[in-house]
Amino acid sequence: MSFFSINKSFKGGVHPDEHKDLTENSAFEIMPYPTEVILPLSQHIGKPSKVLVKKRDLVKSGQVIAEPDGFISSIIHSPITGKIKDIGKTASVGGRPQEAVTIVAEGEDEIVFMEPLDAESITSEMIIERVKEAGIVGQGGAAFPTYVKLMPPKDKNIECIIINGAECEPYLTRDYRYMVERTKDLIVGIKLIMRALGVKRGIIGIEDNKPEAIRMLKEATIPHPEIKVEVLKTKYPQGAEKMLIKVAVNKEVPPGKLPLDVGVVIQNIRTAISVYDAVVKGEPQFTAALTVSGFGITTPKNLIVRVGTTIQQVLDYCGGTNDDARKVIVGGPMMGVAQYDMSAPVQKATSGLLVLTEPEMKHSQETNCLRCGACVDVCALNLIPKDLAKFSKAGKWDEAEALGVTVCMECGTCSYNCPANIPLVQWIRLGKQRVINIQRSKQNVS
Amino acid sequence: MTDLKQIINTKLELASSPHVHTKLSTERAMQMVILALLPCVLSAVIYFGIYQLLIFLVSIGISMGTEYGIKRIRKQANTLSDGSAFLTGLLLALILPPNFSLVFTGLGAFVSIAIGKEIFGGIGYNIFNPALVGRAFLQAAFPVQMTTWTKTSFNVDAVTSATPLGGFKFDGIAADLGSMFLGNTGGSLGETSALAILIGGIFLIALGIVNWRIPVSMIIGILVFGSLIWMINPEAYMNPLYHLVGGGFLFGAFFMASDWVSSPITAKGMWIFGLGISLIIVIIRVFGGIPEGVMYAILFMNAWVPLINRYTQPTIFGAKK
Repeated sequence: MSFFSINKSFKGGVHPDEHKDLTENSAFEIMPYPTEVILPLSQHIGKPSKVLVKKRDLVKSGQVIAEPDGFISSIIHSPITGKIKDIGKTASVGGRPQEAVTIVAEGEDEIVFMEPLDAESITSEMIIERVKEAGIVGQGGAAFPTYVKLMPPKDKNIECIIINGAECEPYLTRDYRYMVERTKDLIVGIKLIMRALGVKRGIIGIEDNKPEAIRMLKEATIPHPEIKVEVLKTKYPQGAEKMLIKVAVNKEVPPGKLPLDVGVVIQNIRTAISVYDAVVKGEPQFTAALTVSGFGITTPKNLIVRVGTTIQQVLDYCGGTNDDARKVIVGGPMMGVAQYDMSAPVQKATSGLLVLTEPEMKHSQETNCLRCGACVDVCALNLIPKDLAKFSKAGKWDEAEALGVTVCMECGTCSYNCPANIPLVQWIRLGKQRVINIQRSKQNVS
Repeated sequence: MTDLKQIINTKLELASSPHVHTKLSTERAMQMVILALLPCVLSAVIYFGIYQLLIFLVSIGISMGTEYGIKRIRKQANTLSDGSAFLTGLLLALILPPNFSLVFTGLGAFVSIAIGKEIFGGIGYNIFNPALVGRAFLQAAFPVQMTTWTKTSFNVDAVTSATPLGGFKFDGIAADLGSMFLGNTGGSLGETSALAILIGGIFLIALGIVNWRIPVSMIIGILVFGSLIWMINPEAYMNPLYHLVGGGFLFGAFFMASDWVSSPITAKGMWIFGLGISLIIVIIRVFGGIPEGVMYAILFMNAWVPLINRYTQPTIFGAKK
């Protein structure tokens, strides 16, 4: 269908098998209350939060247990009612042990919400304050504290917000479910974000493989002419900020710059829902919503779970894994993190949990580079992945830097498309990190 | 339900993203190109007889044997399974004249692999198209045999067994375009039938194995440059359509110039490469001493590829142009 699509798109990109049909028609299920949760103090980009509780303290669901440490940081609420079991290093997504608070459930679930506010009369300052109090972090993957994004520097003139409903990662259907299940709340959430930023224009970008979401949102935005639904061609990485801005408002974010440098703020679908929940219901962000999918899981589902529930518990709830399971991934298949320790917890911004089997991954033997240009053809940022990878592999950091290695957004499109199956983005990631480190150490010297 | 702990210990993979991959692999790409060449093989057998299969056999066999031997001598991993040596042998056979000597065929195949490919380090490292290197060697070493053309099985009038390009250049005889399209003319084994080439070529473009820019830029180039010359004097110079379907042009456009390793990687570079090849072809065909120039044009442009790649790097997204 999308091969002949006339909908707006960007240059480059690929179209991996979507496999969204595994879960797109499964309405959200609320996973039963866990007996124990693990809350890493880094649920977000920025400084880890500061713990406010001690071992053996009793906490209620929704109670603040950690406060922001610095501007770019976040509040953390207890997702369950119980007792603080431990504060210390635990397993985490990605494998590195992380400072975390472990809570054991005790007694009935008692939820303490904040006071609901009136969405019609609320001021910009009040919205920002509430988003901060609710501990909302961006749901698009990077988990950037949302309230910071709602307070752009005074010299930046923000013209519009774009709500990212592309959901271009294969398998994931979380944002899609929100668009069809909570359409009205979503619109209110978007309007709250617009008011917080003082912008008059909102765009919801949705890939054309979600016709039902497009239809419902187009209908729901009829009374709100300031919000427009933009239909995008289904192509990875359409959901990348730079690609979304290019297609939605035809602006290019220069290398090293942010969306707000071109007058745009991007928020994810679920972030807008979280803003709605925080303002209208007074609910802090103490749940995560995720798609559990892949051919290696018995029953794929869309789930709402309390933050801190372990991966093992989620997998068990979905019937466990099949015998041919080969990889467990937190996030999507293109940018997610492979996981080996199932005792690691779901975090605020976790959007997916995939159990993949060999046939889905289609890895082949790595051969020499054939200089076919397939990586150049699909790189949405116009880089030359094969050269970046070559220089990174050879440790030629200056050459890699000159070719723009730090511009790479690590979307993985090049590795996906490489017929020689060379781990291009993997090498580039290494080079990028090294070049950034070198740049930093030079700055420190001068 | 399986006990996940058990899977963790034994079978769970840990690697960094992306975790999925396209169906295409080096091996599969080679297989698809070989498949796409079958119509050309068929046309060779139909027009020139069953004997031609021996040329294919020898060319492919010696190619693979040479690669195997060199890898063994150099104590490197055997790469026969990627299919590229098979493909080089097949491509070389398709650009040889019908009923060509089997000994010379084998020699050409040896040169293709040894000088055209392995001397540079094997697959992915060669500068020139290996099959064309082999053919260039044969052309230099055995010029008479390399230009001895057999008439086709269905050529009832059998006036000439020259190629259409040769016939026009030396005798001023214009061949029938329809026969040229179907392949019922003198020429190299796989090059005569435009129809067979187009079937395979379009198949490869649809699969994304051949980048459309190279054949398209070559075709646009040959029509434009051919027309410019032709308009100077339509009596003396060839109709651009002859340039297009004559000689090895279409085969070169879809199967030789588009070779991954020896063609540019940037979009702009592919256009420069394709247009450059066509310009040189027209110059050789019109002003040169030989009727055909596809092979030399591609080899010449192959040499420019590193430079073309360097100067056609795309501007990074969002950077100032």
